[in-house]
Amino acid sequence: MSADLLTVSDLKKHFIVGYRGIVAREPITVKAVDGVSFAVREGETFGLVGESGSGKSTVAYTVVGMYKPTAGDIAFQGQSLYGRGGKRRADLRKEIQIVFQDPGSSLNPRRTIKDIVGFPLRLYGSNGDLQTRILELLQMVELPADYMHKYPQMLGGGEKQMVAIARALATSPSFVILDEPTSALDVSIQAKIINLLLRLQKEFHLSYLFITHDLSLMRNVASRVAIMYLGKICEIADAAEFFRNPYHPYTQMLLSSIPVVSDEEEALKPKKIASLGEIPSPINVPSGCSFHPRCPQSKDICSSEDPAMVEVEPGHTVRCHISR
Amino acid sequence: MENDRLLDIRDLHVVFDVFGGTLKVLDGVDFTVRSGEKVGLVGETGCGKTTTMKAVLRVLPMPPARVTGGEILFKGRDILQMTSRELGQVRGEGMAMIFQDPTAALNPVFTIGKQLEAAVKYSASGDKRLSGKEIRQRAVEALKEVALPDPERLLKNYPFQLSGGMRQRVCIAMAVAGDRELIIADEPGTSLDVSIQDQILRLLRRLAEEINTSVILITHTLGVVREIADRVYVMYAGNMVEMAPTKELFSRPLHPYTVGLMAAVPKLTGGGIADGIPGRIPDYLNPPVGCRFHPRCERAMPVCRTDKPRFVKVSEDHEVACFLYSQEEEGT
Repeated sequence: MSADLLTVSDLKKHFIVGYRGIVAREPITVKAVDGVSFAVREGETFGLVGESGSGKSTVAYTVVGMYKPTAGDIAFQGQSLYGRGGKRRADLRKEIQIVFQDPGSSLNPRRTIKDIVGFPLRLYGSNGDLQTRILELLQMVELPADYMHKYPQMLGGGEKQMVAIARALATSPSFVILDEPTSALDVSIQAKIINLLLRLQKEFHLSYLFITHDLSLMRNVASRVAIMYLGKICEIADAAEFFRNPYHPYTQMLLSSIPVVSDEEEALKPKKIASLGEIPSPINVPSGCSFHPRCPQSKDICSSEDPAMVEVEPGHTVRCHISR
Repeated sequence: MENDRLLDIRDLHVVFDVFGGTLKVLDGVDFTVRSGEKVGLVGETGCGKTTTMKAVLRVLPMPPARVTGGEILFKGRDILQMTSRELGQVRGEGMAMIFQDPTAALNPVFTIGKQLEAAVKYSASGDKRLSGKEIRQRAVEALKEVALPDPERLLKNYPFQLSGGMRQRVCIAMAVAGDRELIIADEPGTSLDVSIQDQILRLLRRLAEEINTSVILITHTLGVVREIADRVYVMYAGNMVEMAPTKELFSRPLHPYTVGLMAAVPKLTGGGIADGIPGRIPDYLNPPVGCRFHPRCERAMPVCRTDKPRFVKVSEDHEVACFLYSQEEEGT
């Protein structure tokens, strides 16, 4: 088993979105991420799945350093990312990079591809010829050299995402966060991007934190999968085990509602569990287990007591009262 | 057979006049819906599926759009030739559309009640005048149909007070409220989460069966079509490339584009993803001559570069527009 590259322990990120009351002003907080722990091993793809509002992107932004955690710690190769006084360590920035969901808005429309890909190189004072390195990066993502002088809007959606990948790889990171890298793209283009990402992973021994809401895609890329609901992880398991033997009722509900294209896949889905209701507002998280109002198997204890993460099988942990 | 065709699009051509030329978007689209049938229309972004349906409702902005050929028959009458009065009648009583983004489809400054009652009022079958009370009653019933709780209170709410899934349910309620014969659903679940999308699709299927309405489901997700449709059309770059009953299409796709598309979908069975289809959708200013798919097709032949393939029957109800399969027909 490879060593843990990135360890997230009891990470919390709360946002104050307003205040209640006139005299005693009480902050209204959204607990976007509320006690998340996981570890990404060297060279693996760790999948993080969840519906919109589950906090999966907030986890990504906190890990990459766009947000400062409210509590908890993130460690890279055993060292905390936060030094004295809670300041983020600058020397590890190069190691952790991110590819965003929508390449249309993550690339500056007034910069050429050369500027975009070259920016991190200039920022981190790359040694050697800038031009050669940019060409090398474009070649890595299978883009022709003459794209250097084009602007993002002259490219198709898939090509834009390739530029974003080249930019993320410019500093030769060992850890890349992929935040829904293909959900804005068509399936035929998605396939190309995914295969490119998998090839680059092998070639440069990258570790990925892969965020998506598409479970079928997850099945094909991730080595381990965690599922998030309202700021908490409810199940973590090896990908094969996760899809063969899902424990948490939420996991089962999600798996049973994926539209699939063949009978073989249909057979793999858990028995149809009609999904109830919708994900509640993260401002008013239900008491106890936050999933209980939508859970078909909910018991009395579920509404009063928040379940703890329990290991049901080696490497397979679940946060649920009924799976005990 | 001809008579049970509710909607019959024949050889539809639509172009867009833009600065610098003419975008030849729809290039001879044939499409039929029988009454009571659920038809899926699949294709990737920019293939013209929404343009086709907007032409059916005649809501394409003209200019820049221009219909240069073909006809759209709704119950035997050409929608393209209708006066605005006839058109209003068809839109109100004949068909309704459910849009992808329910937030944009609902007016933010009117209550759900106002909007839903308007949909009921103008859909009222025949020229029967309904009283305000009857309209309200029907609106409440429609909300109950789509399984929304506390409909009386909901009628007084504004769209922003509802969640995305609830808004889409309201849009569906508006579509089913007036006993229309055809519901066009344009990516009804795409902007929603999988669990909510699943709820919406199940609801749509149940309602369509209950009131025996025809449904056209437009989507880019093959799996969604498989859940709902009886028959599927696959569209590429302004052409229909394949049409087959759902079961047959998923077990025996024929057109190289359909085959490539199916292979590119990530499967729950795992085992990696095929490499997708090389290249990208063509430029509509100068679309490829012959078969519009030939520059991306691995099995392209010389004839594909010169001639445009027409739909050929490969079996009962399974048609494909590809020269790979046209020899079979010539042989018979």
